This record gives sequence, structure tokens and C-alpha cells, in this order.
Amino acid sequence: MFYDLLIAPFVEFEFMRRALVGASALALAGSPLGVFLLLRRMSLTGDAMAHAILPGAAVGYLIAGLSLPAMTIGGLAAGLSVALLSGLVARFTALREDASLAGFYLMSLALGVTILSLRGSSVDLLHVLFGNVLALDEDTLLFLAGVSTVTLLALAAGYRALAMETLDPGFLSSVSKAGGPAQVLFLSLVVLNLVAGFHALGTLLAVGIMILPAASARLWSPDITRMTLIAALIGLVSSATGLLLSYHFNLPPGPLIVLTAGGWHVVSMIFGLSGGYLRRLPPRRHLEA
Amino acid sequence: MFTRRASLNLISVALLAPLAPAFAQSEKLPVVATFSILGDLTKQIAGERADVKVLVGPGGDSHVFAPTPADAKTLSAAKLVVVNGLKLEGWIDRLISSSKTKGKIVVATKGVKTLRTGRSSHGHNHNHGHSHGEADPHAWQNVANVKIYVANIRDGLIGADPEGRSVYEANFKTYVEKLDALDVEIRASVASIPPERRKVITTHDAFGYFAAAYGLKFIAPQGVSTDAAASAQDVARIIRQIRAEKIPAVFAENISDPRMATRIAQETGTKLGGALYSDQLSAPDGPAGTYIDMVRHNIRELTKALGDQPAP
Repeated sequence: MFYDLLIAPFVEFEFMRRALVGASALALAGSPLGVFLLLRRMSLTGDAMAHAILPGAAVGYLIAGLSLPAMTIGGLAAGLSVALLSGLVARFTALREDASLAGFYLMSLALGVTILSLRGSSVDLLHVLFGNVLALDEDTLLFLAGVSTVTLLALAAGYRALAMETLDPGFLSSVSKAGGPAQVLFLSLVVLNLVAGFHALGTLLAVGIMILPAASARLWSPDITRMTLIAALIGLVSSATGLLLSYHFNLPPGPLIVLTAGGWHVVSMIFGLSGGYLRRLPPRRHLEA
Repeated sequence: MFTRRASLNLISVALLAPLAPAFAQSEKLPVVATFSILGDLTKQIAGERADVKVLVGPGGDSHVFAPTPADAKTLSAAKLVVVNGLKLEGWIDRLISSSKTKGKIVVATKGVKTLRTGRSSHGHNHNHGHSHGEADPHAWQNVANVKIYVANIRDGLIGADPEGRSVYEANFKTYVEKLDALDVEIRASVASIPPERRKVITTHDAFGYFAAAYGLKFIAPQGVSTDAAASAQDVARIIRQIRAEKIPAVFAENISDPRMATRIAQETGTKLGGALYSDQLSAPDGPAGTYIDMVRHNIRELTKALGDQPAP
């Protein structure tokens, strides 16, 4: 019974194992990035950058079809340039960074949809917007795992600088010049992971596996290391659960993975030990003897 | 905006109408076909006498096409509109009424004996789709039906341009001869495949008529329409079925997600065939630039994947 529900699908089908590996790789690298995005109040920035990837990937698609390198390079280029541009706009115009990001991401989305429609079919559009976690081939899987590994190694190397830059940028800039590089490295890693996530979950949902576990973890612990671990755990569990739900209930897998993470988020909002709703109710009167 | 432009067109047509006879001698008959296969068939019959435009070009999906104002404009200028019917082009009725076209509508499938969806592959198609039991619109996959298509198109052309009658009838006769030869060719090719190997998986169930007419079995992981996303359960069911029935080959269509077919083929150790063209032709210089080339291409790919080597 337990075996049939949870284990058998993965034992019987290779595509389920691949989907699990791919989604786990995304969740592992995405959750620390999500935690940093959250702590830097950049949750929506992640979302905006995910949309910004679309036109780049669309151009890659237009040139080479559903090709991994073409769509990856296009997506990286577009994502990085939007991240860079919105920083510049915030610095040199009266617009705040959130407004300029919103502007860029809406333009990117519209541009991406327009470019995709040049190819003639809205079926293509669906593939790109939602990805296909069930059809991960050798190259895509290696790419996802590679991105995950590089991200974790880079984060391990730059962890101190990044944590300091996130929590107390003034202090970091007074003792070291690592702040600028740390920020650039961080944004590049976010874009890289979004592009990887886009192959499995599509542009719209790629950011979900990054932000939702992190936001849930924040409600369980204020400690940045614990948050990262909890986020990774929630991400992994959501990936497996989402795939199993798709298997047993005949529903599309990508949305279910993100929905499961969303379910954890709701649970965390209510029961979270560090800032959940129940914890914040006024304390009951002490019993007196 | 849409309707205003359409009505402007209507006005301009009305204004220009007195001039029309002057142009009639030199201008070709403006004809619109909804997608590339119908466009090719119409060209074959009309020859040089008509200017045939196609709304959904190669690579597009005529099930879920979103018309642009330019399409409404093309349509409003047409003297003859060739549609497939059987609800293939769900968008066409609204487009026709909003473009206020005065062209005559030819429903190419008129008189075709329709198959139901879902039963098209001998009852082995386990899809729980919404479209159970509706008429399957992909009738052109049976060459005998295409003879009905071109007869309807011929009659439509003669109705819109009676002076060309002799040309249309001659073209029709030549083309039907070609279709007959094609039909013989398909049957010979299928006969060369061992009977127990006459089954394939393809990502979009569009070969119901081909299956029924020529005795090949097509199994699809999605329903008849291309708009539903496959779930893990769908894919698992297909893989189980391939293993259970020892299906020798998986095919990707030119409009579906090729990654899915690749994955299924690898996982089951079956052969991955080349792209089959089901709903659209390729670009004119591609492997399936005309209807006849398309059918030839498909049957070549099928025999290549199913024919030569014995089952492992």
C-alpha cells in the first residue's frame, strides 16, 4: 500500500525517476537562493527575472527549435540584461527598482509571446511557458544537475560575503570590497537557476520552487542556515509529492509541484514556529495557583 | 476594431464592385483555404486560374489557431473559402461572419463517411478526453476521402468561376489518377510490414482514418485535440501499453512536443521514427511540401521503423 503509493511509480518508470532528479536538483540549489532573495526583499525580483528570460529563450527557440543550448544562452542573456538594466534604471532615473523591474518584466513577457507567435503555433507557446518535467532528456538532466552543483559550490564559497551583504551591507563595505562581486555573483546564480528551472517547469513556474520553500522556511526559523536547510527539505518533499500526485490523479506535474510547495507555505503560515499565525496570537493568561 | 475594419472592407468592396468586371480578365480567382493541406488540394484543382491563400501555414496548429486582423482581411476578399469542417477549425465560423466575406464556403469533408474519435484506433485508445465520440476531423489521412475533398473543391471552383469548368475538370481527373496510384502505393507498403508489427505510438491522435483504411494501429498519449498537457499518469499508461503490446516504434509529429516522444522511446527501448506530418504540410522545400509528398513521406517513415528488422 505504502509502497504502491510512494515508491512503485519511481521503480517502474524511468521518466518518473528523471523528473524527480531534475526537480530535486532545482529545489536543492533554488532554496538557498530563495532564502537570500527573501532576506534581501527581492522575492518579486525573482519573479520578474523569470519572466525576463522568456524573450531570450523565445529567440533561441525561433532560431533552433526546442534546443537546449540555444534556449539556455538566449534565456541567460535576456535575464542578465534585465537584471543589469533595472539596476541602472533605478540608479539613473527617478523610478525605484521595483517599478523598473515591473516595467521590464511586462515588456519581456509581451515581447516573448510575440516572438513565439512568429513561429506560428500556440502549442509551442505552451511548451515554453510551462516546460515539461516528464520529458527530461540526458542533456537537460545533466544541465540541471550541473547548474545545481555549480550554484551550491559558488554559494559555499561566497556564503560569508553574501550573508553579510544581505544582513548588513554597510558593515561589509567598511571592511571589504566583496559586496559588489557578491551581489553580481548572486544575481547571476539566480538567473542561471531560473533558466534551468524553465526547462523543467517553464518560465511561469520556475520561480515557484525557489521562493515558496524559502518563504515557508522563514516561518519556522529566523536563523539563516536553518532556513536554508528547511527550505531545501520543503523543496525536495514538494517535488516528490507533486510528481506522485500527478501520477495518481492524472494531472499535469509542473503546476502540482508548485502547488504542493504552496500547500506547505499555507501550513507554515498557520503553524510556523517563528512568526506563524498561531504563534502570534496573544499569549493565554498564565495559570495561577 | 476588428469589425470596423471588416466593415470598411465591405464598403471598399461595394465601391469597387463596378470596376470588378474590368479586372476579371487578368486577375486570378481569390480563394482562401484554412490550412496548408487544403491549400495544396485547392491549388492542384485550380491550377493557374486561382490565387490560393492559406490561413494556418506550415507548422501551425489549426485546432487552436488565433486569427489576426490580416486573416479577416484576406478572407473578406475571397470569392471562395475552403474549410475542412467536422469542427477542425473551431474559429472559422466567427471569422467568416466577422469578415463579412461574400465568398462561397466549400466544406471539403461534405459526403465523407466520418469516424468517431476515441474508437479510431480499434478501441485501444484509453484516453479519458472530453472529445469522446465526436467526429474525427482528420479525414484527409485516408486517400479515398481526399478524392471526395477534391470533388467538393472542384464543384466549389466551378460555382465561383464557371468559365474555368473545363480546366477544373481536367485537373481533377489528373489528380484523382495520382491519388489512386498513391492509394495502391500505401497498401503495398503496409503489406510489406509483418502484421504483428503494424502498430505505432504517436504523440497526437490524428491518424484514425489512416488506421481504419490501411490497417495500421496508432496509439496516442494525448486526446484528439493538442491542447491538453500530459500528466505523469498518461505517460505511465502509454509506457505500460507499449511494453504489454510490444509496440515496435514511437513517432513524433511535427506539431507536438518531440521531447515527450523521445523520452517514451528511450524508456521502452522502442525505435524512434522520424517526424510524421499529420495536420500540416512542411515548408514547400521540405519533405512534405504537398499532400501527396506528405503521405509518401509518412508511409516511408512508417515502413522504415516497422518494416525491416525483426522484433527483439
